[in-house]
Amino acid sequence: METGKRNYYLEIADNAHILSHRLAENCSRGPFLEEDLACTNVALDLIGLAESVYNEIAKQLEGNISGDDVAYRRDEIDYRNCLLTEQPNDDFAHLMTRQFFMDTYHYYIFTELSVSSDTFLSALANKSLKEVTYHLKRSSEWMIRFGNGTKESSERAQAAINRLWRYTDELFTSDESYSDLIGTGVYPDQDKLKKSWMQKVDEVFFLAQLRKPENKGFQLHGGKSGRHSEHMGYILSEMQFLPNKYPDATW
Amino acid sequence: MKETLLDEATLLAEFEAKIDAEIKIEPRDWMPDAYRKHLIRQISQHAHSEVIGMQPEGNWITRAPSLRSKKILLAKIQDEGGHGLYLYSAAETLGVSRDQYIQWLHEGKAKYASVFNYPTLNWADIGAIGWLVDGAAITNQVSLQRTSYGPYSRAMVRICKEESFHQRQGYEIMWKMMEGTKDQQRMAQDAINRWWWPALMMFGPHDSDSAHTGNAMKWKIKRETNDRLREKFINKTVPQAELIGLKVPDANLKVSGTDSFGEPTYDHSDINWEEFWQVVNGNGPCNEQRLEHHVKAHQDGKWVRECAKAFQNNNDSINR
Repeated sequence: METGKRNYYLEIADNAHILSHRLAENCSRGPFLEEDLACTNVALDLIGLAESVYNEIAKQLEGNISGDDVAYRRDEIDYRNCLLTEQPNDDFAHLMTRQFFMDTYHYYIFTELSVSSDTFLSALANKSLKEVTYHLKRSSEWMIRFGNGTKESSERAQAAINRLWRYTDELFTSDESYSDLIGTGVYPDQDKLKKSWMQKVDEVFFLAQLRKPENKGFQLHGGKSGRHSEHMGYILSEMQFLPNKYPDATW
Repeated sequence: MKETLLDEATLLAEFEAKIDAEIKIEPRDWMPDAYRKHLIRQISQHAHSEVIGMQPEGNWITRAPSLRSKKILLAKIQDEGGHGLYLYSAAETLGVSRDQYIQWLHEGKAKYASVFNYPTLNWADIGAIGWLVDGAAITNQVSLQRTSYGPYSRAMVRICKEESFHQRQGYEIMWKMMEGTKDQQRMAQDAINRWWWPALMMFGPHDSDSAHTGNAMKWKIKRETNDRLREKFINKTVPQAELIGLKVPDANLKVSGTDSFGEPTYDHSDINWEEFWQVVNGNGPCNEQRLEHHVKAHQDGKWVRECAKAFQNNNDSINR
């Protein structure tokens, strides 16, 4: 499998996998039972998405490698998810704001990829669009509810936005290994994606009476090239515990 | 027209005639206070059990060893939460709100299945819970599909379908581990060693010691006794353990005969009732942890519920 292609696929899979992991951590901790189940539901959709891509990578790589090997048996530096996905749940406003940013991203990237000349990605995108459209509807509604609910909910949502905003620009950066295929009909144009993403965020923030942070200039990057936040090591040490400890076991 | 007030004796006779004729009792039907109270206790306890049961299994979500096993575990826990929802809805038809039920749980006035007060210590525990705990639950719940209260009976029909999947999935985990490495076999045996007795305890005290069996049988809330259900479970489960090479942790377990289908029945040791009552009364390994976890999640979610309510009220007043 060509390096650029592998890296692009891994970004999609790792974003879904790590975000799903964070949502799964929330299981039995939801604010009420229906919402607890909804988070698990989204986590399940995302893990299914990640699994499809990991299996495809395994198929295209040489050697006897499974999708699980790709998902579980890499060093931290080889995971290519954005920093945003690994940020902790903190409170329900953080969880949902992170989700809203990612759902918006997924909605637009899969809309673009649905017409990609890469047939695997276009099939994946078409299949995933139904799910991520629903995810986006749900997280947008929560943002609007937070902003127009109580003083506390509005303040918590604003705090989450202020905290997470600086991880959003990374979503639209390209690794040089695949940058030559950006905007060519294989992978979508990142500037176009960013514009669509920003329009949606502006629209929802307007309805929610929430604001983009003032000091929005300084953005953090690194996840896509394997430089993660301190959180990532803990995520992986739990996630990889059994495969690492018992490398010969199948489950 | 002159209104006729029926006296309680007549109402009771009508109620019992329905029970005898296997006609379901519905929320708007007259029912004796003791029947209502029994159902409020039993259905809410059942709902709380589903929800608290999410915790010991949730303990392994982030450490599930493969994508497939993680998906199955997430979906299973989601099912359990869904069962909690059906059951809270069934319980609410008795005139008590979900908020009230949760408050009783937090105040220690309502119980949940004691089995969830045991910890999950290795991955095979996820198999053991599905196989043994869900297996014990199904044995009980199959008979509850015929319970006399309509909403409870209908909830049980849906729940049983999903629980039987869980049991098979749990057994599959155990089976795969017993086919696996020495370490995996050790984990699987350790899991059955720890979960066998708590699973048997799930059927409750001996019938002679059960405070709630009398009227519950008469009014067909319960359809089979604790001891009878426990025997059924043992007869069904011991051969499953033996098939994959697991040893049931009971030195006195031996075949005692055969049932009407020619399947073996077993003699076995008695449950450690001291441990049973200690855990029921709050002294199990995880009683405090489970309740504190639920209370914390509920408190942490207070602002979210308030937000949703305020937003709804604002919308209602705009639309009015």
